[in-house]
Amino acid sequence: MVQVTDIVQLTKIASQVRRDIVRQVHGCQSGHPGGSLGCTDLLVALFFNIMKHSNQFNMKGEGEDLFFLSNGHISPVLYSVLARSGYFEVSELATFRKLNSRLQGHPTTHEHLPGIRMSAGSLGQGLSVAIGAAISKKLKKDSCLVYALMGDGEQNEGQIWEAVQFAPHHKIDNLIAIVDVNGQQIDGPTELVMSNRNLANKYSAFGWQIVYMDGNNMADVVTSLHTAKELCGQGVPVVIMMKTEMGAGVDFMMGSHKWHGVAPNDEQLLLALAQLEETLGDY
Amino acid sequence: MKEYTYTEKKDTRSGFGAAMTELGRTNPNVIALCADLVGSLKIDTFIKENPDRFVQCGIAEANMIGIAAGLSIAGHIPFATTFANFGSGRVYDQIRQSVAYSDKNVKIAVSHAGLTLGEDGATHQILEDIGLMKMLPGMTVINPCDYNQTKAATIAAANYEGPVYLRFGRPVVPVFTDAEQTFEIGKAWLMNEGTDVTIIATGHLVWEAVQACNQLAEMGINAELINIHTIKPLDEEAILTSVSKTSCIVTCEEHNRIGGLGDSVAQLLIKYNPLPQEYIAVDDSFGESGTPKQLMEKYGLDTDHILKAVEKAIKRKKAE
Repeated sequence: MVQVTDIVQLTKIASQVRRDIVRQVHGCQSGHPGGSLGCTDLLVALFFNIMKHSNQFNMKGEGEDLFFLSNGHISPVLYSVLARSGYFEVSELATFRKLNSRLQGHPTTHEHLPGIRMSAGSLGQGLSVAIGAAISKKLKKDSCLVYALMGDGEQNEGQIWEAVQFAPHHKIDNLIAIVDVNGQQIDGPTELVMSNRNLANKYSAFGWQIVYMDGNNMADVVTSLHTAKELCGQGVPVVIMMKTEMGAGVDFMMGSHKWHGVAPNDEQLLLALAQLEETLGDY
Repeated sequence: MKEYTYTEKKDTRSGFGAAMTELGRTNPNVIALCADLVGSLKIDTFIKENPDRFVQCGIAEANMIGIAAGLSIAGHIPFATTFANFGSGRVYDQIRQSVAYSDKNVKIAVSHAGLTLGEDGATHQILEDIGLMKMLPGMTVINPCDYNQTKAATIAAANYEGPVYLRFGRPVVPVFTDAEQTFEIGKAWLMNEGTDVTIIATGHLVWEAVQACNQLAEMGINAELINIHTIKPLDEEAILTSVSKTSCIVTCEEHNRIGGLGDSVAQLLIKYNPLPQEYIAVDDSFGESGTPKQLMEKYGLDTDHILKAVEKAIKRKKAE
């Protein structure tokens, strides 16, 4: 993949990805725009700048960095960055959540969409899978890294903590976990639904190295990812606490859990698109 | 009745362990995972000889299934091992999403299935796992009958591309199948030809069925005996061919009568050849503490119960 190093250029790609997200969700009147918009800067930085990967998709991913999305409901952002990276035609984004599509509501390997290595949707499973892939890379003497993105609401799941316990014990140091700390989940603010209080301290107590990231500031996203990469290979897993705003980039979707899983109507779509520059051409 | 004999009794889980030792030496992609039950799963030798290819997961089965799925992506062949109860029902959603729906080449190899784990009681005696696993699209479900067949099944599972649920047990049982057998997934083994009744048995119930067939022969009843080690995919042809001769059937399994082998066979017969069928299975209940022998008797899974079921099936056939 051609690496984009210019922050302005990355920000422009992110603007197009955000357009793709709201248009996908509007197109089927279904899906999860809030978390997708919040995580856009991270995924753009990973796929266009940080990760070593090939859009000539190979399931095994040998010699490539791997990305696993655990909070699978933010599929629109993943589908957009994959399409914009050339894994498949951007026009296919129009099929999102529609019958006979490879772009299922939640990502799946089952329809053979290039770029997807694991099904996700039922929460709490992606970190375990990423750990398995990381162990596999070590056994195969593959020095590339494995990334796993989770939600902060998802931290409610017990399996996450089984995995959080496992990784330091087994010195999984070729893994960068990322928690999208947007403070929102379906039923309301995380602090009210099920508090994650002192999340970073919890990871730290289990033996992880912590990196903090301003997840909606492209320069900081890139810098923090470099910091995390430098911490790899020291016998300790790395987690990034990524502070984001749900709905980032679309003012009326920001600051609330209400746009977690709601599609904009025609009028709202126009309002959203007016705030997002079309930089690469809409699909 | 064809003669089946044994010189020793061994546990099926040791057959799994022996296969893992062999696979450790012959297939560098095979990885063993375990959730704090290494001794029970008999994988000590594999671990000793391949320490880098063993992943101790602690008592955290959900994470183990996810790690196994991740390991398989680049071509490793993970065997996730624990007790059947903790490797099926406890982690159903992990198997469903991360293994089956993700089309991952993961082997879930579980011991202590069914009543015959004995004294630990119902919390550990899963009788619903065959049903749970066979409902998953793409999942292969194998339930071998003795040490040698378990060993052969394990090696066959490693050579097969796709998710497998391999179920075996704790007690020592007669070793009556060949040490050098070929094991073909999905291919039933016709153990005895007969014309009066078809007995289809899986797992520990195969030996009980052999004994039943011996007694039936003495009573002048010619039973056809089929060993179904693979419950999914089911060898439909073998079953239909057999019942076309015998016109009645008894299915035998160490599982709830709901959702197990018997139901798979019944579904097949309903579609192609409805005939009298009797179930040897646990009658929709949990187990309890006791010795394996006591439990098999109390829950209706032993030779005597098979004989009664055969009698009933033949009677129903004649009444039709």
